[in-house]
Amino acid sequence: MRLARAGRGGRSLAGARVVFPPTVFPMSLYTLLGALEIGLIFSLVALGVYISFRLLRFPDLTVDGSFPLGGAVAATMIAAGHDPFTSTLVATLAGAVAGLITGWLNVRLKIMDLLASILMMIALYSINLRIMGKPNVPLITEPTVFNLLQPETLADYVFRPLLLVFVVLAVKLMLDAYFSTQSGLAIRATGSNARMARAQGVNTGLAVLAGMALSNALVGLAGALFAQTQGGADISMGVGTIVIGLAAVIVGESLLPSRKLYLATIAVIVGAIVYRFFIALALNSDFIGLQAQDLNLVTAVLVTVALVVPKLRAHWSGKKGA
Amino acid sequence: MLKATDLRLTFNPGTPIETQALRGMTLEIPTGQFVTVIGSNGAGKSTFLNAVSGEQRVDSGTIEIDGIDMTRQPVWARARHVARVFQDPLAGTCEDLTIEENMALAKMRGERRGFSFAVKPALREEFRAQLATLGLGLENRLSDRIGLLSGGQRQAVSLLMAALQPSRLLLLDEHTAALDPRTAAFVLELTVRIVAEHKLTTMMVTHSMRQALDVGQRTVMLHQGRVVLDVSGKEREGLDVHHLLDMFEKVRGEKIDDDALLLG
Repeated sequence: MRLARAGRGGRSLAGARVVFPPTVFPMSLYTLLGALEIGLIFSLVALGVYISFRLLRFPDLTVDGSFPLGGAVAATMIAAGHDPFTSTLVATLAGAVAGLITGWLNVRLKIMDLLASILMMIALYSINLRIMGKPNVPLITEPTVFNLLQPETLADYVFRPLLLVFVVLAVKLMLDAYFSTQSGLAIRATGSNARMARAQGVNTGLAVLAGMALSNALVGLAGALFAQTQGGADISMGVGTIVIGLAAVIVGESLLPSRKLYLATIAVIVGAIVYRFFIALALNSDFIGLQAQDLNLVTAVLVTVALVVPKLRAHWSGKKGA
Repeated sequence: MLKATDLRLTFNPGTPIETQALRGMTLEIPTGQFVTVIGSNGAGKSTFLNAVSGEQRVDSGTIEIDGIDMTRQPVWARARHVARVFQDPLAGTCEDLTIEENMALAKMRGERRGFSFAVKPALREEFRAQLATLGLGLENRLSDRIGLLSGGQRQAVSLLMAALQPSRLLLLDEHTAALDPRTAAFVLELTVRIVAEHKLTTMMVTHSMRQALDVGQRTVMLHQGRVVLDVSGKEREGLDVHHLLDMFEKVRGEKIDDDALLLG
């Protein structure tokens, strides 16, 4: 339900939609910008998933819990009258702590990585309910980082994606820089060849903890921003976050295959946005006849296509070469 | 100086597949000495090397390096003092990282890794100069992924990496075994050069008796988890592979007799 709402650019919780801009076939500009907005927010999730799945090679499902955790913390704090910026920061840190605990379960208690993340994910469901005290916390009239920064001259549906572009770019550049530092390199080495990393004096356990904290911090940030653009946090807002994040990574990698980190992070961001556009296109084009409940099917088909296309491409170019 | 005293290690104790890998393994390597270690399969060569590097905890006994007790330290903590080249060329480098990133990782072996950029221009020049000594043209491929290199090239870079940062002990784990004969000869030659250049205390495990006698100053033979032969100096100079084989047979024969006595 949540995704469908988001996909249509609808703002039922916020209820602030007044004027529709002119329609661009087959999507209105409003829908287009809405898809961009959500795509940008999920590109933060995708960057987090890229860090855990690709750099650390840690299959981490914590994100299904840390995304709503970020939303819950931010929404609850804002609703309680706290400053939205502080709330967003705390939500990000909460995500980091969630990642730390998953890492700790794996590194210290030697619980298999996937299982550790599943345990954390289900634990977070209860924790999120505790934080919110109810299944959802609406943000309708409350200030958010978006409406606090929004200039008078720009409409909110234009300003939100604009601000998000800056946020995502800043995060991307910081990640690129961090992963080329000595400490960032140690995390990448841990994921690539842990035995070698240890032989070079890398405390690989600590590297996993750091990587998982960073990954889930980004997801928590995404959740906080999502809650502030979608008019509140909901206990079920995390369902399928990992699928969307992975889909974005896979779509990005098939569009822009590269092993260079700064290109890979671009690819992941592009992947998240393209993925969102396809979803919006599929669900908003009446001539295709898809409806909101078809969302998961569309996702599955999209990811399958993204996985198969690079193989076909290699197959075809291989034939040409022969 | 490495001082391993009475190391004992049993795999799968109390089960039908119980294996006593180390049975009172004792070895001292003085600073600056290059020791080669030989022994048949299951003699405990790799287990001993893994015990020294920290990958394998021992049941009892102590491991000291330059007087520092390492017995309970994890691999990453020992890395400050111990450099290592693996048998598998793919194991010693990170294939997803570039050549210069791999070298930068090794340059900081055992040190605190901070938030400064790992590959700085000055460092890059140092790596370039080091790689040029290999004569493989790798000095022009610093930003290539190391996964693109051949096994021999990767092993050569691993050796360079082991010497980028001072170490108290260099461990070579059959590091030429997975290479073709020509490349193996090249890597061995490089090993001798690097060890001499940096005056490294070195322990090289090998399964080639020829190699064990050709390089280094001392040869140690392991059998059933302990040292059964230890030759150096004049005695070693006169040795040939068949001498070694004879000794090996003798040792094995005696062992069998021992067992026979025990069983009888």
